[in-house]
Amino acid sequence: MFWSFRLATYFVLACATYIFLDIAIKGSRTVFTNHAPFINVKFLTEPPQTLYVFDYQGKKMELSDREFRKWQETHKEPVDATSIAYSAGGIWPCIVGTALLVIGSMIVALVIGISAAIYLSEYSRDTHFIRFIRVAILNLAGVPSIVFGLFGFGLFVIFFGWNVSLLAGWFTLGLMILPAIITASEESLRAVPKGLREGSLALGATSWQTIRKNVLPYAVPGILTSSILGIARVAGETAPIMFTAAYAMRDEMPWQVPKWTDFFFQGVMALPYHIYVVSSKIPQNEYTERVQYGTAFVFLIVVMLIALASIVLRERQRRRLSW
Amino acid sequence: MVTVMEPPQTVRPQAPPEALEPAANQTEKLQVMIDVREVDFTYGDNKVLHNISLQMPPRAVTAFIGPSGCGKTTLLRCINRMNDLVDGSRISKGAIHVDGTDINSPGLDVVDLRRRVGMVFQKSNPFPKSIYENIAYGLRVAGIKKRSRIDEAVEKSLRSAALWDEVKDRLETNAYGLSGGQQQRLCIARALAVEPEVVLMDEPCSALDPIATAKIEELIQALKTQYTIVIVTHNMQQAGRVSDFTAFFYLGKLIEFGPTVKIFTNPGEKQTEDYITGRFG
Repeated sequence: MFWSFRLATYFVLACATYIFLDIAIKGSRTVFTNHAPFINVKFLTEPPQTLYVFDYQGKKMELSDREFRKWQETHKEPVDATSIAYSAGGIWPCIVGTALLVIGSMIVALVIGISAAIYLSEYSRDTHFIRFIRVAILNLAGVPSIVFGLFGFGLFVIFFGWNVSLLAGWFTLGLMILPAIITASEESLRAVPKGLREGSLALGATSWQTIRKNVLPYAVPGILTSSILGIARVAGETAPIMFTAAYAMRDEMPWQVPKWTDFFFQGVMALPYHIYVVSSKIPQNEYTERVQYGTAFVFLIVVMLIALASIVLRERQRRRLSW
Repeated sequence: MVTVMEPPQTVRPQAPPEALEPAANQTEKLQVMIDVREVDFTYGDNKVLHNISLQMPPRAVTAFIGPSGCGKTTLLRCINRMNDLVDGSRISKGAIHVDGTDINSPGLDVVDLRRRVGMVFQKSNPFPKSIYENIAYGLRVAGIKKRSRIDEAVEKSLRSAALWDEVKDRLETNAYGLSGGQQQRLCIARALAVEPEVVLMDEPCSALDPIATAKIEELIQALKTQYTIVIVTHNMQQAGRVSDFTAFFYLGKLIEFGPTVKIFTNPGEKQTEDYITGRFG
């Protein structure tokens, strides 16, 4: 029996290694270049453009939309160009969009989730109603993400009239990870020793003062740990945002809005949705593959960076308040 | 267990000893700080205190003794309503008055009560903050912001808790760096900082070595000139050493209450004598 368990473990390891190496190797061909500055700056800083591929005087030309138009001004003769959507330019708007979606939805989820966890662990008594709420939260965790997408579409996009917007995406994604955040926050709050609560109350602190000054700060590292997992999920899900927040293509950057309130009501591009679009909505060829792997590689790095940032934040908080 | 206790050195009854017999009807005459009258206490359906009545005088040390599970800690936690935190527990009969106020009356401000009735717990529970912030906590939650006033209170209460000389150079370090005995004295100092009238102590020395215990006992002796102290203890020698009055509990009932000298040398009840001489418990 022993070797079969061992084999299963190695199998998992092999699969994970294959996936990561495949994405990293193929993706780095797009993201890195063999000449200075060794990073494909264009890919990381430009919006996607259509790629035009054609033969000109025996030479194979690969031009992005803008370059192609400029080229046509100087060369009047007609060419037979193949156009491939999204395969030129870069993915900068997707990176920005994903970052905005992650930050916003984490704020929504943490505010609602921590409040609910405080209520459940500090104020509520063990009644049938509270037990029912806990079951409801557990059930919420089992709902498929596409259902959250449809729910967000129905409630936020149509009923509230927010249209396809950042705000709708924040709330949809936030609700999706809410169960995980509530459960983890409640556990972190419960892990704070009872003596700290009693000590504080015995000094004449109100229960809210006790929670704010003497319970919540010590639970924050645990809450942040659980939100790291939440971040990876929020950044990675395509289904909840495809109806609520994501555009397949948008030329303006999120901050290019006429007035500041429009910021919340604009759709954005997002990395997972972009991968979905370039790998299933347009005809496949070697050019789209470059974008797919490049985007996937950047996506992995972005998620890693965001997770790293919250780990650093957590460690700082831990060092400040250790017991 | 020794059979004869060393009599306490410092018994200062506020009134003639015979007036302190709970059965006596002359209790109105003497000063009473904490007045427990015919109290029953239940956890859910489980009655743990039965008809407890006792009057604790001000600026004296009252010790609660008795075997484990006899209700002494429960009664102690009733005095500053810490039992509010336990679901399904309540005083089902009787009343407790602290300095003339019924502490279970609906209009009473629990926060204010706990400020007047401080508490030191069995397991020392300093906050994971600096020594200074531990003491300042009670003042800060009371809305005091003036740095000079907090500084003053920190020094004063650390001095009262006989901890000042040991920690004055490291007030900004984490309280978890202190030894167990120092942590417990820090908790006492923290309770004193809000200037309570009563200090409740729930087996404050149970986790300490004899030297740390001796320091805390000395401290209790010094504090009783200003504070009314109620101490729960498992250690009968300790009750004999530090207290002026002793209440003996057994199975949720108050068996005997009186001046410590009398309880330890000439107990009125057979059960008290058996417990004190170590025949059970």
